[in-house]
Amino acid sequence: MKYVNKTIPSVDGKGLMMGKPGYTDDLAEPNSLIVRVLRSPHPFAKIIKINKEKALTLEGVECVLTHKDFKRIAVTRAGQGYPEPSPHDKFILDDHVRHIGDEVAAVAACDKETAKKALELIDVEYEVLEPVLDFEKAYENKNVIHSEPEIHEMFPIGLEPLKNVAASYMMNVGDVDKTLEECDVILDTRFYTQAQAHVMMEPHTANARIDYQGRLVMYSSTQTPIHVRRILSHALEYPLSKIRVIKPRIGGGYGGKQCLHGEFLVAAVTLRTGKPSKIVYTRKEVFESTFSRHPMRFDIKLGAMNDGTLKGIDVDVLSDTGAYGEHALTVFMVAGSKVFPLYNKVDSVRFGGKVVYTNHTPAGAFRGYGAIQGNYALESAIDMLCDKMNIDPVEFRMKNMIKEGETSPIFAIMGEGTEGTAMNMESCKLDYCVKRGLEIINWKDKYPKKTTEDGKVRGVGMAIAMQGSGIPYIDMGSAMIKLNDDGFFNLMVGATELGQGSDTILGQIAAESLGVNPDKIVIYSSDSDLTPFDTGAYASSTTYVSGNAVKLTADRMKEMIIEEGAKALGTRLAETDFDGKIIKSGDKEMTLAELSNRLYYNEDQKQLMACESYVGTKSPPPFMAGFAEVEIDPETGKVDIVDYAAVVDCGTTINPALARVQVEGGLVQGIGMTMYEDVVYTSNGGMVTNNMMNYRIPTRKEITDMHVEFADSFEPSGPYGAKSVGEIGIDTPPAAITNAIYNAVGVRIQELPVTPEKVFMGILKQKDKE
Amino acid sequence: MKIKIKINGTIKTINVKADEYLVDTLRNNGCVSVRRGCDTTSCGICTVLLDGAPVASCSYLSCRADSHEVTTVEGIQEEAALIADFFGHEGADQCGYCNPSMALTLYAMKRELKNPDDDEIRAYLVGNLCRCSGYVAQHRAIRAYLEVE
Amino acid sequence: MKIDSYRRVGSIEEAYELLTEKSGAAIIGGGAWLKLMPKTIDTAIDLSDLGLDKVTGLENEYEIGCMVKLRQLEKFTPFQMIFDGILIQSAGSIMGVTVRNIATAGGTVAGKYGFSDLLPVLLAMDAEVELYKRGRLKLEQFMDETGVLKDILTRIYIRKTEGRGWFYTMKNTAIDFPILNAAITSSQKGCRIVIGARPYKAALAKKAMQFIDRIEKPGEVEIIEAANIAAGELKFGSNQRGSSDYRRELCITFVKRGLRKVLL
Repeated sequence: MKYVNKTIPSVDGKGLMMGKPGYTDDLAEPNSLIVRVLRSPHPFAKIIKINKEKALTLEGVECVLTHKDFKRIAVTRAGQGYPEPSPHDKFILDDHVRHIGDEVAAVAACDKETAKKALELIDVEYEVLEPVLDFEKAYENKNVIHSEPEIHEMFPIGLEPLKNVAASYMMNVGDVDKTLEECDVILDTRFYTQAQAHVMMEPHTANARIDYQGRLVMYSSTQTPIHVRRILSHALEYPLSKIRVIKPRIGGGYGGKQCLHGEFLVAAVTLRTGKPSKIVYTRKEVFESTFSRHPMRFDIKLGAMNDGTLKGIDVDVLSDTGAYGEHALTVFMVAGSKVFPLYNKVDSVRFGGKVVYTNHTPAGAFRGYGAIQGNYALESAIDMLCDKMNIDPVEFRMKNMIKEGETSPIFAIMGEGTEGTAMNMESCKLDYCVKRGLEIINWKDKYPKKTTEDGKVRGVGMAIAMQGSGIPYIDMGSAMIKLNDDGFFNLMVGATELGQGSDTILGQIAAESLGVNPDKIVIYSSDSDLTPFDTGAYASSTTYVSGNAVKLTADRMKEMIIEEGAKALGTRLAETDFDGKIIKSGDKEMTLAELSNRLYYNEDQKQLMACESYVGTKSPPPFMAGFAEVEIDPETGKVDIVDYAAVVDCGTTINPALARVQVEGGLVQGIGMTMYEDVVYTSNGGMVTNNMMNYRIPTRKEITDMHVEFADSFEPSGPYGAKSVGEIGIDTPPAAITNAIYNAVGVRIQELPVTPEKVFMGILKQKDKE
Repeated sequence: MKIKIKINGTIKTINVKADEYLVDTLRNNGCVSVRRGCDTTSCGICTVLLDGAPVASCSYLSCRADSHEVTTVEGIQEEAALIADFFGHEGADQCGYCNPSMALTLYAMKRELKNPDDDEIRAYLVGNLCRCSGYVAQHRAIRAYLEVE
Repeated sequence: MKIDSYRRVGSIEEAYELLTEKSGAAIIGGGAWLKLMPKTIDTAIDLSDLGLDKVTGLENEYEIGCMVKLRQLEKFTPFQMIFDGILIQSAGSIMGVTVRNIATAGGTVAGKYGFSDLLPVLLAMDAEVELYKRGRLKLEQFMDETGVLKDILTRIYIRKTEGRGWFYTMKNTAIDFPILNAAITSSQKGCRIVIGARPYKAALAKKAMQFIDRIEKPGEVEIIEAANIAAGELKFGSNQRGSSDYRRELCITFVKRGLRKVLL
């Protein structure tokens, strides 16, 4: 392979480093109206009266919108395939507010200060309602968060709004009760995971204008431009054909931009006023009024035989979707479907539970969704079980985990929101990942712990993980390649570059197929008028799904070049070939530049353009083994992450440097969730961590050493052997780190995040016992 | 009030409000590379050089910049391109939103610290957060950049 | 924060007149923290042009102008020689360089912020502050005063003292506010034990100081006793970063470690 499995610099990195305008707000019309939102100070309230007259009299105010200005159309903001597996439970503006920071009204004015003043002039009278703030008390609570009659599900997802249930699910393999009864050892325990905020550096941003054809043009910092167009059209009853959504460069997303946010309001303002408008969320709005990760409670039972065979897994989950149900069901299902197949030899699995509404900031998509929560619970429980059985946890995993060529019944039963798809693991180097990881971290010498000279304790711990590569039969990608005069190409894709490097790697795939240098391919992505359909950047789908579409398209373009070349040379098709520069048959040849100039200027004039699509028929999982080494100060409880080793099987790495940074970046977000990050609320439903002083993400002082390697692996169904790599990195840190902490000091953290206080108090408790 | 300020080598007279911050003044005056991240001096995205020293422009009153010199990445294009080469080689550039501020802080660090070790590099850059890269690829790129005379 | 007008003054007297004339006037130090306050300032008074941005070595002490940036403190190498360089350590542990190039020594001290990493160290060094009109007083005394500051803090003084020092700040991440911090010194005048971010403002553990000062050759047993006294006499609170119980336990650890370093 010439251009694939090679590190080349990203196509946009240098320009962005040099400060070129590229992000949504850089591209707003300079005279845009500034849109600002009046937000709820109450976690739950009914708007009794709302008066915008005073605000409208303020000079410079163009438009004030309240719920009275919108037809009641229930939509979901989740950017998902259609029909969406999320409840339609959100109105652009409603007469109820369901969390602090929920939208009450919007103002469009000539500048920021005027808009702010206008917000203060809107009179609102609320009937404050009793909120539901504890997700363990939400089910069948007397306070119903969604009683409005219009809300609905698109197909059965278990929505029961009057019971505060956004979705529910239950699945069975075998008879788990019987299996557990027959087991020698049972572990029965409980874990909690917390809400985590995305903290992408670019806040949610959107702007709109009406173009010279009278169409609505929306620039949005979104991971799903096609879904934005569709949902906007539904919510505003505005023709799809008159909306163009352009996704420029995005300053980070991680799932946080897989939902609609400011798009509704800027679109409504621009449609009403005919004037361009824009919204840039404040950091407080990003925290309080977008999404965070679903907090979950896991009740997990494992059963095993004395010989170290895992027999049964029984898990009941309660998930908190906050005020609205975006991704409620899919995140829930992934907590099982992308975790339990790791142990595919069990006799039975039961997995089920509910996703409940509360009056907190909604939960939504976040890198590794469901999987990181489920992985923490299962991979911690496995270590606890091994401890109970006095079995080495690495040997236990090696014996029970999934291997190449094998399958799990769960693949067929569970998908994301729907049934799954059966598949065999055509590529699975998990055993190599574990063995290699043990070497890198030097497990033999370090397990379980060592005490340092200054009284600190070092411990190691590990976990294994899997993800998916897109959603089979749903996630689709497509590409178009156009040959230009002088012999260079335009590659148009719907796939969404959000900093992960997709524009770069899709160009590499096209270059490989065409045999041309990547600099001959100009990529343009995510413009609903100009680029072909793609469901968007989520579910680890871009490399595998969109990458396959690009490969098919480039292969087709190569055929077209050979066909036209043979015609131009007067040779037989079967004897003609193209090597990326020259079309050749016997002793006759011409360059691609010559052919293209001939095609466009001289003879047999014709535009060459290829377009192909791809939809996955399976979702080959990437696998990884993660190993954490921690150092604990027993007198303070402070935990330092000394080293993290990760060995990943993602098939072929299209661009090894970019793939590695996907894993490293994922690991650090996982370490952040494990150690430092927590969305904290007051008892009144207010968010304590609504700024970056109180919500802390890891800095470069916490992350000093990581060792990421890739297994030599090839996925036959992937483009040049590739699987996904976007999410897998985030999954292992919670379990690997908490296992390491247990191995070091004997304190088992069953409620994330790990804080020095929890570790210290755990150590104290042990001392009391002694 | 009117302030006289040298932006990337050009002296400009600009009208600013008493509570206007440098990030907005610069953005309104053609430096779109200066962007707001957190507004609480936590993230480092809005970094500019004030008389050569990196400061958080989200929290620096524009009035205070009167008769001072401000450099944004638009003023260090060659150096930014060089730094981008090292970041690109490691795949460390990612979403790019924080990268102009990284370039500026690195540019200042290289002039301020002589042969910094790993800890000194991290200490200098700790206020420049990155949510994408996980830092270690940046660190590899920075080490290589510092080798350049 | 909203600011109606901005004045860069030509003299301290001018600043003082503006400050006392209007209730809504305020001195801005670096301005980074003030910016986050939900209030309106009629006149923001800037002392940038008064030459108060220097650290000067005098015969027996160092004079720190109120407009000296934290980054200047951190880079002022003679401070390495006093109390094992704890002033440099503490200034350098505050957020990032981009903030330390804005935040001022005067602003930090005048704000008496509970989360300050600098205040415990200055207290442990027995620093003095100079207030315009009122002259010099001990920082300790200044910290005890409550109510709105109607003076202008112009300078901070640190004596050139021979002694040992220890500083530690425990944070979740490097740029977070501390869970608890401590500065401990010993000199001919005795030990000073200061605990900050309790989360209340930094305070001296006076009983623990008296206890340890009375002992001629303190050893491990006395150090542990002093640590327990300090934890018992100081008040600790709970917030998002830690409970009062945890902070009390940390205080014991910090005092033990600090005293070991400065005494043994």
